[in-house]
Amino acid sequence: MSQIAFNEEALKTAQRIIARYPKGKEKSALIPLLHLAQAEFDGWLSPETMDYVASLLSIQSIEAYEVASFYSMFNLQPVGKCVLEVCRTSSCWLLGAEDVVRHIEKRLGIHVGETTADGMFTLKTVECLGSCGTAPMLQCGADYYENLTLEKVDNLIANLKQDGSRRTYPKPAPVKIES
Amino acid sequence: MSRKLLLANDHVEGIRRLDVYRKHGGYNALEKALKTMTPEQIVEEVKASGLRGRGGAGFPTGMKWSFLAKPEGVARYLVCNADESEPGTFKDRYLMERIPHALIEGMIASSFALGARTSYIYIRGEYFYVANILEEAIAEAYEAGLLGKNILNSGFDHDCYVQVGAGAYICGEETALLESLEGKRGNPRIKPPFPAIAGLYGCPTVVNNVETIAAVVPIIQMTGAEYAKIGVGKSTGTKLISASGHINKPGVYEIELGVPVEEFIYSDAYCGGIRNGKQLKAVVAGGSSVPILPAHLILKTASGEPRLMTYESLSDGGFATGTMLGSGGFIVMDEDTSIVKNLWNFSRFYHHESCGQCSPCREGTGWMEKILHNIVEGHGTPEDVELLWDIQGKIEGKTICPLGDAAAWPVASAIRHFKDEFMQYVTRPQSIKDVKHYYRVHQLAEA
Repeated sequence: MSQIAFNEEALKTAQRIIARYPKGKEKSALIPLLHLAQAEFDGWLSPETMDYVASLLSIQSIEAYEVASFYSMFNLQPVGKCVLEVCRTSSCWLLGAEDVVRHIEKRLGIHVGETTADGMFTLKTVECLGSCGTAPMLQCGADYYENLTLEKVDNLIANLKQDGSRRTYPKPAPVKIES
Repeated sequence: MSRKLLLANDHVEGIRRLDVYRKHGGYNALEKALKTMTPEQIVEEVKASGLRGRGGAGFPTGMKWSFLAKPEGVARYLVCNADESEPGTFKDRYLMERIPHALIEGMIASSFALGARTSYIYIRGEYFYVANILEEAIAEAYEAGLLGKNILNSGFDHDCYVQVGAGAYICGEETALLESLEGKRGNPRIKPPFPAIAGLYGCPTVVNNVETIAAVVPIIQMTGAEYAKIGVGKSTGTKLISASGHINKPGVYEIELGVPVEEFIYSDAYCGGIRNGKQLKAVVAGGSSVPILPAHLILKTASGEPRLMTYESLSDGGFATGTMLGSGGFIVMDEDTSIVKNLWNFSRFYHHESCGQCSPCREGTGWMEKILHNIVEGHGTPEDVELLWDIQGKIEGKTICPLGDAAAWPVASAIRHFKDEFMQYVTRPQSIKDVKHYYRVHQLAEA
């Protein structure tokens, strides 16, 4: 067995999430727990990480793999500290998403789907993120960057680089459970 | 300006907080429901209001509620569909982010009407920050005794939880959503049984869109009969429209159903006209799935009547000359837009989002995307256009869920209304090099 395990705080969060569902239906917690695991373990889900999540829910590992591979937000390969996800659909595309993508590719010297050599940035294109009225946009971690111009993109990249920290989805907020 | 029922207070400072929300009349409807009404009375009010599902299908909400099975001793669930993934749609995000308690209040009141002890708000994973806003609002509601045991001393117990998805358009389909909520891949279920009989965990379940559930609050407050007075015919009440594309004022607008489309596009109260003084070319009126219409058909029906923002008027003429209100994702395209390239963009989306269960959709969406890419690159033939028409016809109506239809309709309507443009691409590919198809970002910055 691997040594992957949540720290105490993450484990508490996981238990709170599991408690939201009726007895016997704990598998419902799978997607929230995969999010939590991805945030805890470097922004991606290794087979060992998925095995661990499956063990928390007493389900087969394959049940975690088949779910993780279905949803586009789960990374099954290592990613950079900042994953730049540029919306490429519909209104974003009508208003210049292709320019944003090309600009970032040139700026970082990578193509869509690749990670910079220093491990700082991964560039992805994604489908509609519900930001059509503020197009074009990109998401990095939980944050939406909207009404983009090439200057804004440059600033964003510079700021993320300077900050240097990993951008992941925030851990789900604690939920009050009535006993 | 239209009357506002959902967004009347969207710019009030601090409206996200419970105390401010209550100061502006928040939770009065819930109090009225719990203290003076029976669950059956609330269902009757919703029926009388004529409210129709705001997620896209437009099915009468009261009728959907009345289908809910109520076997003794079996739990019932209300599930809120906050998956909002239809391209061009961002109204639910706006509502939840600005006034989260409007949804929470609607969830509690609707759950009371349906006899649901537990409800879940299934929100798309990308809206993680919105999920956190909802979690905070829910925590406030527990604190104030609006959730949990014996709510407002009514004897009604209710728990409401937020569930975050992980990036899949298909999870906006209600049975795929339920699968996802059960911790599985988002593969739509075969119906029947419908969720009203066997939904979440096999129990009777109602799945409603965010805006639909939020609309229950003003309906309880003002009565269904008063709500039904707003709007035109069977399109009652107000609707949130997400306006985007080549317009001066993109954003979310709450309209009374019945506003003329022309007024919606050109009035400063709404979209404020086309950007940069350009001409209107086409509109996708209800999210990317609904048929695209050229300017003359979106402004007026085939019989020359002004087109209105209602379920009936937008679908006037069927798919030959009409479209649908859908989710209210109103995407406007100016004269420089290439309909062919835009269609390729849409088809790529549906190919990416097909769950892969049904072969017509799984294979057809990929095939259409490839053909369109070929055409866009200047390698298409007139036979390709015929082939596209053939393929879309073989997807529509032949799949478990409506994603197949949603992928087919944009193709059919683009060819139906813009055949000349397709023919230009396939007969004179050298000329398409000059086709401008989207704004350059640096031009936008200058504008």
